[in-house]
Amino acid sequence: MNGVHDMGGMDGFGKVEPEPNEPMFHSEWEGRVMAMVRAMGAAGAFNIDTSRYYRETLPPDIYLACSYYQKWLLGLEDLLIDKGFVAASEIAAGHATEPAKPLKNGKFTVDDVERIMVRGKFERKPSAPARFKPGDRVRAKNMHPATHTRLPRYTRGHVGVVERNLGCNVYPDSAAMEAGENPQWLYTVVFDGTELWGPDTDPTLKISIDAFEPYLEAA
Amino acid sequence: MTEHDHHHHHDHSELSETELRVRALETILTEKGYVDPAALDAIIQAYETKIGPHNGARVVAKAWSDPAFKQSLLADATKAVGTLGHVSRVGDHLVAVENTPQRHNMVVCTLCSCYPWEMLGLPPVWYKAAPYRSRAVKDPRGVLADFGVSLPKETEIRVWDSTAETRFLVLPMRPEGTEGWSEQQLAELVTRDSMIGTGFPKTPGAPS
Repeated sequence: MNGVHDMGGMDGFGKVEPEPNEPMFHSEWEGRVMAMVRAMGAAGAFNIDTSRYYRETLPPDIYLACSYYQKWLLGLEDLLIDKGFVAASEIAAGHATEPAKPLKNGKFTVDDVERIMVRGKFERKPSAPARFKPGDRVRAKNMHPATHTRLPRYTRGHVGVVERNLGCNVYPDSAAMEAGENPQWLYTVVFDGTELWGPDTDPTLKISIDAFEPYLEAA
Repeated sequence: MTEHDHHHHHDHSELSETELRVRALETILTEKGYVDPAALDAIIQAYETKIGPHNGARVVAKAWSDPAFKQSLLADATKAVGTLGHVSRVGDHLVAVENTPQRHNMVVCTLCSCYPWEMLGLPPVWYKAAPYRSRAVKDPRGVLADFGVSLPKETEIRVWDSTAETRFLVLPMRPEGTEGWSEQQLAELVTRDSMIGTGFPKTPGAPS
């Protein structure tokens, strides 16, 4: 979706402000939110791409005004309500009043913590050979899906070069919509800064994205 | 998605309201038997103790000291890091990119916040915030200036936008004046930002 989350190349957000000796969490509740998202995902309430999609679909004014973990909280609430694990009336009441919905992997307990500390594997068996190889010139398609996608707007319509084949991976565009893993070949594609931002751009700049095969056409 | 009301939650000053809302959600998830609150404690504790830039720093220091390891790190970082028992397991899809006098690498996630948690810990606020995400791909030298970092104008800048599950670790250049240093001494020089590409390692003798 062409949401406000797709920020690459936007102007006006001001300077980057690093915080010396930044703590891992700025308030205790941030850690609770992070842990609830991780736990409910691992319990099977949703996949990681769906949770990302729910944060992107927060209204733009909310998205921009909220802190990072506030977005996680709001996205989590929406997601749990939509998937039937929590009722909006329960959120309002602050207590469970409805029966629980069974979780695919069951209740998340202390025994499950170890396994979530290792990243999941996203590579899958390909069903067709890779269409592109390193060195190929490709154009990022001019496409504007209304749902989750990983093709940033600033690359669309532009020509780059395939640098690396990253294997066949779960396709987030499908997974986010719970339409299956639909694995696709994934490539690192490099663009010249001038191709993306015009002739006045720093000539030394190169930008790469990791692009799934459906995002690309031969150029 | 549901159309329930978000409008009370747009103000950072309403922190206590957020806090109440977080507690309410945890209560509901606990009462419904979805999560054991002790498991949430354990997740937070694991993040606070097991992950962090010390993991990445050990990998970088090893690459600076051991040419064979560096070669395998650049060829397949997941596999190479997997051979170091003392570093947390990273799962798949880690790629290490090397800074050289000719090329400086910088990592961003313009769409959200993808970051090599196992190597660097949870990302800092600035990494997840709009100024960095918007400008890193268009004006990386301007972003570096915000960090007080400047590069020769002929140095190529390569920005890696983490748009999929690949996670990038920048291998910074080894500081001069560190000949004969142990891996442990070298690791002390490796900063988090030097592994994102928004800073350099510390130099020997400089105040930390």
